Amino acid sequence: MTRLVLYRVGSALITLLLASIVVFLAVRALPGGPAEALSAESNDPAVLKAINHKYGFDQPLVPQYFRWLGQAVTGNFGTSPNSGLSVSSTLLNDLPVTLELAVLALLVAVVIGIPAGVLSARRPGGALDSVGSTGALAGLSIPHFWFGILLILGLSVELKWLPAAGFVPIVPDPLGNLEHMLMPAVVLGTGIAAVVMRQTRSSVITAMSSDYVRTARAKGLSEWDVIGHHALRNSLITVVTVIGLQLGALIGGVVTVEQVFGIPGVGKLTLDSVYDRDYPTLQGVVLLTALGYVVTNLIVDLVYSVLNPRIRVAGGAQ
Amino acid sequence: MNALAVADSGRALARRKARRRLTARPLSVIGLVGVVVVVLVALLANWISPHDPTLPNFGQVLAPPGAGGHLLGTDQLGRDVLSRLFYGSRTTLVAGVLATVLGTLVAVPIGLVAGYFRGWTDVVISRLVDVVLAFPFLIFAVGLAAILGPSLRNVVLALGVAQIPGVIRVVRGEVFAQRELEYVQAEVVNGTPTRTIMFRHILPNVLNPVVVQTSLAVPATIVGAAILSFLGLGVQPPTADWGTMLSDAENYLGQAPWLGVFPGVAIFLTTLCFNLFGDGLRDALDPTAR
Repeated sequence: MTRLVLYRVGSALITLLLASIVVFLAVRALPGGPAEALSAESNDPAVLKAINHKYGFDQPLVPQYFRWLGQAVTGNFGTSPNSGLSVSSTLLNDLPVTLELAVLALLVAVVIGIPAGVLSARRPGGALDSVGSTGALAGLSIPHFWFGILLILGLSVELKWLPAAGFVPIVPDPLGNLEHMLMPAVVLGTGIAAVVMRQTRSSVITAMSSDYVRTARAKGLSEWDVIGHHALRNSLITVVTVIGLQLGALIGGVVTVEQVFGIPGVGKLTLDSVYDRDYPTLQGVVLLTALGYVVTNLIVDLVYSVLNPRIRVAGGAQ
Repeated sequence: MNALAVADSGRALARRKARRRLTARPLSVIGLVGVVVVVLVALLANWISPHDPTLPNFGQVLAPPGAGGHLLGTDQLGRDVLSRLFYGSRTTLVAGVLATVLGTLVAVPIGLVAGYFRGWTDVVISRLVDVVLAFPFLIFAVGLAAILGPSLRNVVLALGVAQIPGVIRVVRGEVFAQRELEYVQAEVVNGTPTRTIMFRHILPNVLNPVVVQTSLAVPATIVGAAILSFLGLGVQPPTADWGTMLSDAENYLGQAPWLGVFPGVAIFLTTLCFNLFGDGLRDALDPTAR
């Protein structure tokens, strides 16, 4: 088991190191250098040279990379040439906004997805199941950004119930914050709800034909006790795993949803730094994304192998 | 020879059974019909569009649906929305289908090699796959599209490259399992050339999961292409494209809400039909899954 953990952590570290090289090189392959972006008013070569020198863009790639990596490991991602602020302070500022959005979205996903999955699983092929499964498919097929536009059209433009876009910090005004976060969270949550629903449904269906459920039934437990305490509880392991694996979709969704609703989170920061050719910010935010993604996958992987002895034994033999 | 003939007839039988399972489900048939309709619209856009999709008409800007012979209204430049939807199906299908097919064609041989030879070849390939998969799909595609510059060709490239690692993983895993089976061992003992074993014997047996993955990747890629265009990193104006139409519509939601509705309905129905068809295909080709 220790060997398995060490092996997985080691490969995750190697993956991250290689990913940092990809990020570093990719950002340098963007068309139009940062100096050009910064000196939009002056095309003076001397100015370009001074800017390139100031940010170290004129040095050879390899030393540039190691200097950047060395600083990045200590949490220093440099200074944004556009805003003049340090990248890590911008990240720290925007990250809580995105995390709040992600937590709310997962809440929406679980609150819709698990009950819908259980109801569908009670009678596979029945009327409820048809409605649930078709709804899940619709949830998977609806593009986030368009769903967002639809909600804005309905709830903001027509009914004027919720603000169309923008953001209010949670600390002085929690209600205003929730007003602004509600639509984005629902939009982001529905796609994940669909995946959660499908996984819950298939896990519960499998559990319903197992011996322990038959025993529970034979004991004379009510149908809801059988489902709630036996079938569902045993299905939750895989459901939680699937939620963990939805992180990639969540991050991708955050980018478009934050753009549509004008929420100043990490997703919008990523896009803005692409548009503004803000090298240091882009590097920092993408590297952070990869870090979060790899670490979460690692945790899901390890938790799953702890819970599932078949994987644990097979992996330990490696 | 005889054994091969038997295997072929067995395969034909399996194919017939799969087709019957596919057509037995009404939802899969609806999906298939929808996909065919979108393909027909894309092919016939020249003939069925009532207006030129890119010709501005400043005398009739933001006309509501039904006004002045425009069934779905006009946009901020007075262009006919219906015609733009018809033409937009072309960029959508090109991006969704071409990117997926290209990605799959590149990925399958690589996965085959990784799964068959194992050892160092597999370590190197799998490591590269892990690195690309360290970035969420959309982040990777956005980054690639930003590097390549905005155009339909680059959308296809970015989305195609972005799905290579996923397919490699599927193929590699399947080949890993197949390689240990007796029919492969028998061919090895017989002295059959490695290339023949890989492509003639193993490939047909790992094709089903690949087909399923591909058919379910198309709708995801269609949405990905729409997102890239929506973000201004994809198809550029004045070309008609559903993602670009939605991005334009965002500025006129108050005056012309229909602009924000119709292109989205088109994307939604297209991806839904591909998903329905893909689900049906999965159940038909692999009845044990689900």
